[in-house]
Amino acid sequence: MTKTITLAHGNGGQENRELIEKIFYKNFKNDILEKGEDAAVIENGRLAFTTDSFTVSPLFFNGGDIGKLAICGTCNDLAMMGARPKYISCSVIIEEGFSTRELEKIVRSMKNELEINSAIVVSGDTKVVPKGAVDKIFINTTGIGEIEYQGISASNLREGMSILVNRDIGCHGATIFMAREGLELHSDLQTDCTSLYPQVKALIDANIPIVALRDATRGGVSAVLNEWAVSSGVCVEVQEESIPIREQVKGVCEMLGFEALDLANEGSFILAVAKKDEAKALEVLQQTDTSSAIIATVTMQYTSKVILNSSWGTKRFLDLPSGELLPRIC
Amino acid sequence: MQLENLYDDFRDADTIKAYAKIIANDAKKLKKPINIMEVCGGHTHTIMKFGLPQLLPKNINFIHGPGCPVCIMPKERIDHAYILSMQSDVILVTLGDMIKVPGSHGSLQDARSKGADVRFVYSPLDSIQIAKENPDKKIIFFAIGFETTTPMTAVLVEQVIKLKIPNIVFHINHVTVPEVMVELIDSRDVHVDAYNNQIDAFLGPSHVSVISGSKIYDKFPKEYNRPVVVTGFEPVDVMHGISMILKQFIENRCELEIEYKRVVTYNGNLKAQALIEKYFQKVSLFKWRGLGNVPDSGLRLREEFANLDAEVVYKDILPIAEIEDHKLCICGDILRGMAKPHECTIFGTACKPTTPIGSCMVSSEGACAAYYKYGNLL
Repeated sequence: MTKTITLAHGNGGQENRELIEKIFYKNFKNDILEKGEDAAVIENGRLAFTTDSFTVSPLFFNGGDIGKLAICGTCNDLAMMGARPKYISCSVIIEEGFSTRELEKIVRSMKNELEINSAIVVSGDTKVVPKGAVDKIFINTTGIGEIEYQGISASNLREGMSILVNRDIGCHGATIFMAREGLELHSDLQTDCTSLYPQVKALIDANIPIVALRDATRGGVSAVLNEWAVSSGVCVEVQEESIPIREQVKGVCEMLGFEALDLANEGSFILAVAKKDEAKALEVLQQTDTSSAIIATVTMQYTSKVILNSSWGTKRFLDLPSGELLPRIC
Repeated sequence: MQLENLYDDFRDADTIKAYAKIIANDAKKLKKPINIMEVCGGHTHTIMKFGLPQLLPKNINFIHGPGCPVCIMPKERIDHAYILSMQSDVILVTLGDMIKVPGSHGSLQDARSKGADVRFVYSPLDSIQIAKENPDKKIIFFAIGFETTTPMTAVLVEQVIKLKIPNIVFHINHVTVPEVMVELIDSRDVHVDAYNNQIDAFLGPSHVSVISGSKIYDKFPKEYNRPVVVTGFEPVDVMHGISMILKQFIENRCELEIEYKRVVTYNGNLKAQALIEKYFQKVSLFKWRGLGNVPDSGLRLREEFANLDAEVVYKDILPIAEIEDHKLCICGDILRGMAKPHECTIFGTACKPTTPIGSCMVSSEGACAAYYKYGNLL
């Protein structure tokens, strides 16, 4: 590890994983934690438990704000374990001088999102710190959910299975990047930030056996597929042209030299099912978003690796994103 | 025009496959294998990202050139940036992935984690806004890049003078392409012939040539007997460019041609060239990471703008001693086409994108980084 923590350690990719393994896992070591799932499964598989902190800048962006994100993020982590979000805690750290009006706007959007999930905030904490100690407002939410579908796990993938995505990818990362770096790029692009429990419930209600499920947040789709390949000891083969990416996201990526697969999402998830269930799963996903698609198959070609197949017959590895996302120079 | 028109057709699977077929047929007529150097890091990235070597016959080989402005930045210059950024009244502004490259004290990213104010901009002109918002700070624009980005720095210099902005100075690290191409062709070990460079032809840089025109490569076919085809960045462009080079070999021609005709002309952007000429002059030697000193390959501000030159203004705190490259690193040989990344003993072990040692690993456009990220399927 490097001597000091850099922004790269928070990117959801390689450095982030190193930080977690070498410092946190090492000290907190226990069986539940080491599963490394989106949420911990506790109480004999009855409950899912998770936490997340939100520090996004800018606080308000196209299609959402930090409040919506704080509820979606935690509820989605629960939903990804097949759980119905129930009880949420909410801790806020506010910088002195923050506008009361903006605070209420944020809390109202949390309320809206809680309603969509039928979850409630049952405990909380507020701290105000001197100017400069935090950037405007940081929010932490912790959630408990009731598991409705058991056995979802990143280590369940087997040869022949299919992998789907629920919608086009990269919108959140591209939206935030445009807003954050003062790039003077303008488009109607919106974050994909949304509560995913309703879509998970639809899959469960349709009796689709869910093998693995994960929302592609920091580190994007690349990170999820790589984690799955490693956890299950399989190879994930992605058909590059089948990945849904909208033109605006492609445009931002082309201009700045990013890969849409590396961009963060807040309402996109990856689903693994048996081959025989892929058509039905796609049908269910299509009811919410017609851009959903089958993007990959599980093989044993290079175990613990993700391969990207181009439409002209070449292939390459798709690696975990690494470093801070920085635009290319020329 | 829609943005997607700029790339969709140039990534068309059928066109790429058709070129692969033409190239495979033509390659049978070659008398000996040929080594094509793509000078530009953008090409290296395209070649590896789109897996193009998998589509080419065995007698066509790529040599990955030194055309990544971040990769070739020597430790001495990065140390300058680091030291400048650690000054309490300084905001150091630079472009994108420059901030990842380690010098001998660390990278600008490390400096930032120690409290330095380091920012990256997409357009150098954004520095003006930063300067206005921070009147009590000195803004140092750490300028990097080939002919492609030099005009943007020149425009910033012009604006700083015109708008009389008192708190921006420049640390100039602009480099030029033709000089390093000459260096690569000329470089040889006087004691062993086997160590001569292996370059048979060049894929000419795309965006450098938009600015400087293809005229800067005139001498390569004429004086050095190396064909040059200025080629675009998309996979169809690169396949087309390779096919044009092959045709030259088969037809016994040695010429300068342009594949990237939709933006590159022979004369280039004359206005941009005039701006560069107005504010910059050549430095007699510029050190390239991995290659050493290359004559006439760097630029600096002209003497009359010395008051804007950070190397003059801060000369008391900027070291001038040379720093050796890592002993086990073979980036110099890779850039000369004498070795491939995986022949290096520290490739993928001590030297990785997260902890780069050599120049070719530091940016996604470097040959080693591209091999590490995409290349191990070959």
